[in-house]
Amino acid sequence: MSDLPLIQADRAVPSPAAATPTGGRGRRLRLLSRTDRVVIALMVLVPLLLVVGLVWLPALATVALSGTDWDGIGPLSEIEWVGGRNYADVVQIYPPFVPAVQNNLLWLAALFVVATPLGMFLAVLLDKELRGSRFYQTALYLPVVLSLALIGFVWQLLYSRDQGLINGVFGTDVDWYGDPDVNIWAVLVASAWRHVGYIMLLYLAGLKGVDPSLREAAAVDGASEVNTFFRVVFPVLRPINIIVLVVTVIESLRAFDLVWVVNKGRNGLELLSALVTQNVVGEASRIGFGSALATIMLVVSLVFITIYLATVMREGRR
Amino acid sequence: MSTATTTRPTDLADAPRRQRRPLRPQRVVLHVFLTAVALGWLFPILWAVLTSLRSYEYTAANGYVSFGGWTLDNYVTAWRTAEFGQHFLNSVYITVPAVLLTLFLASCVAFVIARFSWKVNIVLLGLFTAANLLPQQALLIPLFRLFTQVPLPAFLSDSELLYDSYWGLILVNVAFQCGFCVFVLSNYMKALPRDLYEAAMVDGASVWRQYWQVTMPLCRPALAALATLEVTWIYNEFFWATVLMRTGDKFPVTSSLNNLRGEFFTDNNLVSAGSVLVAIPTLVIFFLLQKQFVRGLTLGASKG
Repeated sequence: MSDLPLIQADRAVPSPAAATPTGGRGRRLRLLSRTDRVVIALMVLVPLLLVVGLVWLPALATVALSGTDWDGIGPLSEIEWVGGRNYADVVQIYPPFVPAVQNNLLWLAALFVVATPLGMFLAVLLDKELRGSRFYQTALYLPVVLSLALIGFVWQLLYSRDQGLINGVFGTDVDWYGDPDVNIWAVLVASAWRHVGYIMLLYLAGLKGVDPSLREAAAVDGASEVNTFFRVVFPVLRPINIIVLVVTVIESLRAFDLVWVVNKGRNGLELLSALVTQNVVGEASRIGFGSALATIMLVVSLVFITIYLATVMREGRR
Repeated sequence: MSTATTTRPTDLADAPRRQRRPLRPQRVVLHVFLTAVALGWLFPILWAVLTSLRSYEYTAANGYVSFGGWTLDNYVTAWRTAEFGQHFLNSVYITVPAVLLTLFLASCVAFVIARFSWKVNIVLLGLFTAANLLPQQALLIPLFRLFTQVPLPAFLSDSELLYDSYWGLILVNVAFQCGFCVFVLSNYMKALPRDLYEAAMVDGASVWRQYWQVTMPLCRPALAALATLEVTWIYNEFFWATVLMRTGDKFPVTSSLNNLRGEFFTDNNLVSAGSVLVAIPTLVIFFLLQKQFVRGLTLGASKG
């Protein structure tokens, strides 16, 4: 599990080198002794090797493998290039693919349309100087420290058919985690439960950074609280809005733990991430096929990662 | 900076003023609403605690919407059958080295990015930050193959491979988490006054000493916040442990949960006791280090 940093980067003091554009770099390098240069190289190269070796090269390998028919067993020399066949197969003859895409989109929609606005709304309420604000905040972001796998188990106590609280209270007989018509909604509620607290936290931090004179000016002009928020505060929060958007997209694309603990992403809970995993560690090891699915995830995520980087780095330069 | 720190002073300052002012009905509605939401949010956790404290026989006979059957036996049974002791230890073996290594490596890169203004720094920063955001599943296939091919000497891992070893999990966690820490730390370090380095260079301090004795001590607040956050995340990590481990008693505690499902299947009271046990370390961190946790997530969100 991972979350995104919320940084408007720095407004760093311009370095001396930047002030002297010509030859700044050369002079700086010459100022460094041999040992210093070796130390700097090591400080960068060791972590870089790890990240490139365990993240970026595998990402490239995934893309490459998606064009092959490798079964994962034979020698690499027997790999045959099959072009886009895996992609065609994924779309045409792989029944779980369409439900998985639908579920991923549903996940995104639920987080984006329900959980994110709710988190923002609660942040706005808690941003007022309220007594007991600390208690409310704590309660709301407590789920953020729990793993999504654990959250799956905690909600099982409410959802289980024979022993769950919901059926106990309402006298219903629904298998909330098992019934393919409802289980995606049940899982989404649990996922939103955690997401709301996280978004609230991000907006709360953002709201603290809003210049109070903006609000005062709006109040003097006689703007209502609602108007002030949407016309004045919300536009100022633009960088945070973009970061929250990206957080939400990436979270819904990476959603995995919750469905995996429920039923390994089958029977109504198909997600792209679960399908990839099933194709690799499951009984059938279809490397090229799984890689095509993984590449689709990779491409979607890279689009949003680029937006994210552009946002935080632009903030950094400002 | 952190929400926790910024709210407290205003609360204190406001307290006397508010007492003089009559409580407006709007405020009452707001408090009722927020209390209801907060209790609703806590409910699933409270329910888990409640369920874990009741005997299965009692709830089976009377249903869960009842009162009574209090016992601590579920914890004893869950601890024993699920070998929680071993799994907690596994989590420690993975989390502690992974967090230390992540902070060390990330602070090295962040230092170089912040200290020097080379053009490649922006590329480095992007490369690290983006790595943290990629969907893990998209890298699974090559990594899985790689881990099953790379041999380890038997004294490092009884699997004699990176696969099914603590080392493999530590490395993959470090590789993934480095990006986030590089990003936060480099921003933090760039905000430090540059005169420090000029002074250190006049004293003839090497780059390493500038890093270790000038920058790192000043980064303590950021490092504390990141350490809190990373301990939580790596402890909570589920995916890599699920796919890169095989031997049952080597799983860290978060991913071992899933293997217990079979044993606990028919007994929700045991499931809840197990869940509470797994949640305890993160809840302790949350309540003791809440300030650090929140600051880690929102570090630099506003200048302060």
